Amino acid sequence: MRQINKMIKILILFTAALIMTTSMMAQDRFPRPEFETEYVRPLTTTPQPQAGTWAIIDVASMILALSLASYIALKTRSRRQMFILMTACLLYFGFIREGCICSVGSLQNIVLALFNNSTFLPWTVAAFFIIPLIFTLFFGRTFCAAVCPLGAAQDIVSVKHTKIPTWAGRVLGLIPYIYLGFAVLFAATGSAFIICKYDPFVTIFRFSGRFSMVMLATAFVLVSIFINRPYCRFFCPYGVLLSWMSRLARRHVTVTPDDCIQCRLCEDACPVDAINFPLPEKAPETRAKGLKRLGRLLLILPAAAILGGFLFSSMNGILSQVHPKVRLEKRLQAEETGRVTGTTLETRTFRTMGISRELLKAEVAVIVKQYRIGGWLLGIFLGLSFVIQLIGLSLKRTRADYEPDRANCISCARCFQSCPKERERLKANEMESI
Amino acid sequence: MSEDNKKNKRREFLRDSARTAIGVTLGALGGLLLGRSQKEETVWQIDPDLCTQCERCADFCVIKPSAVKCIHAYDVCGFCELCGGYHQPDAHELDTAAENQLCPTGAIKRTYIEDPYYEYTIIEEKCIGCAICVKGCGAFGNGSFYLQIRHDRCLDCNECTIAAACPSGAIKRVPANTPYMLRGKLGNS
Repeated sequence: MRQINKMIKILILFTAALIMTTSMMAQDRFPRPEFETEYVRPLTTTPQPQAGTWAIIDVASMILALSLASYIALKTRSRRQMFILMTACLLYFGFIREGCICSVGSLQNIVLALFNNSTFLPWTVAAFFIIPLIFTLFFGRTFCAAVCPLGAAQDIVSVKHTKIPTWAGRVLGLIPYIYLGFAVLFAATGSAFIICKYDPFVTIFRFSGRFSMVMLATAFVLVSIFINRPYCRFFCPYGVLLSWMSRLARRHVTVTPDDCIQCRLCEDACPVDAINFPLPEKAPETRAKGLKRLGRLLLILPAAAILGGFLFSSMNGILSQVHPKVRLEKRLQAEETGRVTGTTLETRTFRTMGISRELLKAEVAVIVKQYRIGGWLLGIFLGLSFVIQLIGLSLKRTRADYEPDRANCISCARCFQSCPKERERLKANEMESI
Repeated sequence: MSEDNKKNKRREFLRDSARTAIGVTLGALGGLLLGRSQKEETVWQIDPDLCTQCERCADFCVIKPSAVKCIHAYDVCGFCELCGGYHQPDAHELDTAAENQLCPTGAIKRTYIEDPYYEYTIIEEKCIGCAICVKGCGAFGNGSFYLQIRHDRCLDCNECTIAAACPSGAIKRVPANTPYMLRGKLGNS
């Protein structure tokens, strides 16, 4: 046994020596010259990573901006101040820091770090993910109002607030859940970071990007002129998490600083259609009817979860192809069986690297299995969130006043001006200061 | 206490407890994530021995021009008059005329030092990281040209798009205190 071990060791040493000599040979075709003149060889420069120096400034600005945004939304209630803060954040987080790291994308790093033990997670990324959530839990979505550069890039060009029909808003509002679900799935399996890849606004911040993304960015900016914040409302996956936090917010902006007098002046003031109108009290349901409805909903809930889970887990073959290794394996197979002609850069490179096919196959099998489990979780999440949204629609609520919708309100401070009570308050403040 | 008031109290209580629960969860998550971030800090870098000079580094980086640049290990270089990384393979004259140069952006400066030696310097502002010169130098010379991710440009995207596009897996995470994989004396030390 010991002899075999020794033999193996010698063999390894021998091959290592062989590899080293060949690689040395590749670099030694010509002798290094000895110069007769005074010439000294310059040194290769190695600029160091700058992450460390920016980290503290970034996180401090994030906390400062969030505190200011929350103070403006809840205390001074000034759209002008909010706009100035928003522009400053767009300049700093957007154009100076080139949109990286951002809270929206940080979500994927968190997921990757949670599912993959070996990944390094910079503490700034963790801070960028958690701090806005905590602020929202206390003050509502003030992060969206002014701090997020993606939101600011749309809000700053907003001219007209086209009202979107309620049903269309609800249906489009489901897209962020789907986007969130897939982003988490692809990040957890280490396949791709789709939020960053398809983020239209970084191309604006960096003045560069793929042609398709530049077109997408242009489209979003053009639409933003007429429809306020299309990305935030109908795509942003981080917004889903923020809306959950905002529902529970300890304090949240109100349209009026005082008691609502139901003057209806704020009805058209909200650019994101997030003001809930008063609902008259309806006759209470009979107990039997209510029980029946509850029973039906309780049945639908697990059914939707199981259906969704089954659907997405059985799609694991297709979904897993987002992972480059799965794509490579599929292509290699296709080339070997003659289903396709020619090779790709990936397959050519794979063949020259001398990695065994079995190793790749084993890796791919693990990834596909992860997608089966991930597909179940994704399906359950989507099924549940769709049905819960439906339940939310069927709940009979009564509401006496005009109130911001806690989930969708982004605390942009636009509606305050429309309230006559707010104008009274401002006038009183003015008198006081005189 | 009226019915309405009672309902409001209950709702408030539920909301308070849910908020506390989520707050605690976020705190725990934060702690867990901070634990993860205590690991050795890493950054992206190209392993020059694995690089196949496929030219994708020029196109796939999120910043344009790419954060990948060609760098030069002067102590590996042979200072040749005919440079496989500088001249077209069928160059008419071994001079600095544009038609004889390999680099598509003219990012290599050739300086006469003494007979028969020439110094080759990368002008980093012009280099787009296409690796055409790297291929030439590796095929005909000492391999003193090679690609590296320049950390004054790299945004350290958490999923590097060139790493994802690299067919040979040459782009990997390296410790942040040794952020380059250098050739020559610098690499050995």
